[in-house]
Amino acid sequence: MSGAGVVAEVEFAGVSKHYGDGQTVLDAVDLTIAKGEFVSLIGPSGCGKSTVLKLISGLATPSGGNIRVDGMTPKNARETVSFVFQDPTLLPWRTVRENVGLSLELEGVSRARREKKTGALLDLVGLRAVADAYPRELSGGMKMRVSIARALATSPRLLLMDEPFAALDEMSRDHLNEELLRLRSEQKWTAVFVTHSVSEAVFLSTRIVVLRPNPGRVYAMFPVDLPHPRTSALRTAPEYETLVAQVLHALREARSQ
Amino acid sequence: MKPKLMTLANALAVFAALVALWQIVLWICRVPPYMLPSPWAVARAVAARLPSLATSFAITAEEALGGLLSSLAVGVGVALVFAQSRWVRRMLYPYTLLLQTVPIVAIAPLILMWVGAGTASVALIAFIISLAPIIANTTQGLVSVEENLVHLFLMHNATPRQLLFKLRLPHAVPSLFVGIRIASGISVIGAITGELYAGSSRVGEGGLGYSILYASSQLQTDYLFALVFAATVLGFSFFFLVMFLEWYFLHRWHESARTPEVE
Repeated sequence: MSGAGVVAEVEFAGVSKHYGDGQTVLDAVDLTIAKGEFVSLIGPSGCGKSTVLKLISGLATPSGGNIRVDGMTPKNARETVSFVFQDPTLLPWRTVRENVGLSLELEGVSRARREKKTGALLDLVGLRAVADAYPRELSGGMKMRVSIARALATSPRLLLMDEPFAALDEMSRDHLNEELLRLRSEQKWTAVFVTHSVSEAVFLSTRIVVLRPNPGRVYAMFPVDLPHPRTSALRTAPEYETLVAQVLHALREARSQ
Repeated sequence: MKPKLMTLANALAVFAALVALWQIVLWICRVPPYMLPSPWAVARAVAARLPSLATSFAITAEEALGGLLSSLAVGVGVALVFAQSRWVRRMLYPYTLLLQTVPIVAIAPLILMWVGAGTASVALIAFIISLAPIIANTTQGLVSVEENLVHLFLMHNATPRQLLFKLRLPHAVPSLFVGIRIASGISVIGAITGELYAGSSRVGEGGLGYSILYASSQLQTDYLFALVFAATVLGFSFFFLVMFLEWYFLHRWHESARTPEVE
């Protein structure tokens, strides 16, 4: 898809990030993510994988190097980017419907268009029945669905996810993984996904980037050529298990570096 | 519903026991009525002087409510300024502590000297004493918003106005109510204290504080007890009003307000 002349969705050129205390989180990272990719970032803690997301979203600025998102600076590209945080970050005083509509509301979309869009999204993520419930009445998995629906409401071209399913039990996590792929097949966004789970990364991604810590650098890359659509049956396929083993091995090496 | 009825029944039973104990003490110790009147005498005093008791109650209620509402308006305003920057908070926050620690009985005479005796100066005293908890709690609510929520708003290019009205202010409402709950109780205390110094603005009648002074000087101990009782009822009414409002505004989404319960 990303032939010559096509602008990459995300481009890191020699990007470094130091914190105020002199600690280097990322050191001269080069990384290009093409449109339509689903890239998972995985690595031991301290490898700066969450920092990569912060930099792409413009919530943090690099200490050195250059970042382009769809050919623009991260802040200018925000209109087409959505962020799903580790916690659902719902507003407890708003109903599910009002939470899903929040991103559109902030961008000044009219009420009528908002209602239409949120209605469609609630159907898409299977939350129609709890549209008027408040977040505290929902389970962790449902809250995360609301958070994802809110992120998708603005029809982003790039979706950044920072360990969105880390707090869920394995059943809900697997289920939401399948849901996420279904949504992606319908909406065609590019994804950058931070996770601690190798099996999750293999299941979801078209490419896995393994990072190493102290300072954060790209250690290895694994293209994932498993066919789509991916269903739960994939989790027992031999090629899936081989890839999980390879990535786990690389992850162990990255940690001991 | 049933546990609430039980709570009410228990509270009434304790009240009845206390009244009975009071009467028994009188019988055993033979206390003269001007020292400790019987419950029956107090009840008679309430019935006989109900109109003037109601007037005093209304005057004090008005002053306390005036003080509370103005401290709410000013306190939220100050908190909004405090929420703007850490520097402003560092510079000005110590003065709100001053507001909280200065003994109201010490500044009440000053305020009366400056503003003049009357309901306005009493309301001003109630205002001063209830301001600090409103400022402190509202500021806390405004600045304690989770970082990722702010990031979420920034990701969708939220304006400072949207950040304030759609995130910080609604987030501060539960803590604001904590402030109002504290302030409501002390606004009544402030008003009664103020009245002890201010006396009556209207000839012949004044708020509960003034009437308490007057009744004690006249050794009308039964009426004094009735006034103390009225002051308690006033404090309770404020407390329950705030509890109800808190429940009304928060019960749908906030954990603390799911069931109104007396602490």
